[in-house]
Amino acid sequence: MSERIILDYGSGGKASQRLIKDLFIKHFGNPSLNRLDDAALISGLEGCLSMSTDTFTVDPVFFPGGNIGSLAVHGTVNDVAMLGAIPKYISCAFILEEGLKMDDLNRIVSSMAMAAQDAGVLIVTGDTKVVPRGAVDRIFINTTGIGSVVAHPPPSGSRAVPGDMILVSGSIGDHGLAILSHRQGISFETDILSDSQALNHLIIKLIREVGDVHVLRDPTRGGLATTLNEIAQQSGVELFIEQEKIPVRQEVEGGCSFLGLDPLYLANEGKFICILPEKSAGKALEVMHADPAGQGAAIIGHVRQGRKGKVVLRTALGGHRLLDMLEGEQLPRIC
Amino acid sequence: MNLLNKFKDPKLCLNILAQIRAEINGEFRFMEVCGTHTMAIFQSGIRTLLPEQIVHLSGPGCPVCVTHDREIAAYLALSEKDLVIATFGDLIKVPGPGGRNLKMAQAEGARIKVVYSAFDALQIALENPDDKVVFLGVGFETTAPTVAAVIRMAREQGVGNFSVLSFHKLVPPALKALATDQQITVNGLLLPGHVSTIIGLEPYLFLAQEYKMPSVIGGFEPLDILQAILIMIRQKNQGQVEVVNNYKRVVSDKGNARAMEIMYDVFVTCDALWRGLGVIPDSGLAVRKQYQDFDASVVHDQKLPQVEEIPGCKCGEVLKGLISPDRCPLYGTRCTPARPVGPCMVSTEGSCAAYYKYRL
Repeated sequence: MSERIILDYGSGGKASQRLIKDLFIKHFGNPSLNRLDDAALISGLEGCLSMSTDTFTVDPVFFPGGNIGSLAVHGTVNDVAMLGAIPKYISCAFILEEGLKMDDLNRIVSSMAMAAQDAGVLIVTGDTKVVPRGAVDRIFINTTGIGSVVAHPPPSGSRAVPGDMILVSGSIGDHGLAILSHRQGISFETDILSDSQALNHLIIKLIREVGDVHVLRDPTRGGLATTLNEIAQQSGVELFIEQEKIPVRQEVEGGCSFLGLDPLYLANEGKFICILPEKSAGKALEVMHADPAGQGAAIIGHVRQGRKGKVVLRTALGGHRLLDMLEGEQLPRIC
Repeated sequence: MNLLNKFKDPKLCLNILAQIRAEINGEFRFMEVCGTHTMAIFQSGIRTLLPEQIVHLSGPGCPVCVTHDREIAAYLALSEKDLVIATFGDLIKVPGPGGRNLKMAQAEGARIKVVYSAFDALQIALENPDDKVVFLGVGFETTAPTVAAVIRMAREQGVGNFSVLSFHKLVPPALKALATDQQITVNGLLLPGHVSTIIGLEPYLFLAQEYKMPSVIGGFEPLDILQAILIMIRQKNQGQVEVVNNYKRVVSDKGNARAMEIMYDVFVTCDALWRGLGVIPDSGLAVRKQYQDFDASVVHDQKLPQVEEIPGCKCGEVLKGLISPDRCPLYGTRCTPARPVGPCMVSTEGSCAAYYKYRL
């Protein structure tokens, strides 16, 4: 039988030390972390900084295209990057359920290490707690990231102005459908992979090659529609979106229609919305298409005065309707 | 391009729209009686493309919306007993008397499981033999046969901890109630595609024969809906009224005889309470006596409690097409999708929610 996490591992005593050395240092090891002091000594951060924190509680823990570990790194790295910043350091705190398989933890920690390496960030401090069976669902991870802002002025949800173009970096809804279909035990002919990936390298290329980017946001929970609404409200403008230009994979569209879901409200973990002046849109699209993380990028609409704080969708038929925020969670329907 | 995409093809749709514009002659009020039609009409933007003379009304076609307060009170009361309640997701947030819903009950400790089908509910019962599992049977002819099949399966397997609280409703009796209501002016009915796959064409024939009501069974893609509207308008213009099945790629005129047989083996028609429409004779499905070991109202002795009406809520008038949702005094102020007062605002397929979410 494989080894399992027991409460001793969170005691702070010898068992905890073993877990830190044999698992975390082994995978994450770097000079700041290896010192094993109470806090990480970091250097090299100057000027404006970007900082973000997020807690990950995904079910299932392992999903097609990733797991909670890679997601915990990508999620925070991406949030830090959305201010036009280069993420440098992250912290990670684990809450583990008594009985979690050591092999599973190993897999999760090793994919965190790989994700951090790909993103070019160091995991410099962390914490582990073990709670009795049933107090959490296997594993929760919190990560906090910090990085240096290179965009001046930094992008913000409040900087969209009429005339700007609205871009997304690729297909919408992949992560949400990958998770939901596995949670419901429904598989499709083509297994849909989560899009979980780090976006920071592409973001920096954009900032350096395109210049002033007004808004960068990653449409995670609540999906594209909800994030667009947040931007419309923060900026006090109307976002006009053309449905047929929104990239959605056929499998995702099919799966959504089967489950009674709308891809525009499904979470994404490796896509971003970019709003910038019309004159830079072509160049931005070029930069995105040249990067593996932006292959499916498309211009999906523009910003106008119109109905302030609202998102208006032009449907494929040419009709118009509101594209509203998600209200609570999407639930499977009766008929 | 696959066949289904053809039914979304903007060119074909605009062609039908042009014909509708050319042939419309005076005001035309059409009502759909299916939540999926409500959503499809709003989501596709068809409402903003139709000529102004066409008035779109959403009738009692969302099973959640027509579920009566007393029925909601009954399942909320069940959730307070030591049971596992298995339900379709739609019901979770529907407010009952005093604004209480299953989500609140869950936060207070009730055991609620969202399932995709009654089979999943039976599975929960099999996997947890010490728990008593009740499936909330809310829905029309579309879902009732599978629930019936699950009850039969439970009896064959001798499952002792599974039952169904049946609030199933039948569409044709509600259409009859609408057709006889003098207050209601409707020029055409868009008949529900999913329900029709089960019941076929025959149960609707009275609409043309007795009430001279143009009625078309339609699919859910934009082209399906526009074609159905065009057929209704032509029938009205030509004075030749009949019930048309315009969704033949899915609906057989004869319906699904096997599903109907299973449904009526397990259930028997009964008078049912509809929100806004009141009691409609023979419009509900109760579990037959020989299956009463699987009837949650018998097994757990759950009657319909008496309740106070929700003050100010006009869901009833909305469901009958007498007023548009924005004419309800609570709409958009006290009643929003975030804080719904009536079920038409909470159900994703409710007409108030669709109005609030999609109308410009």
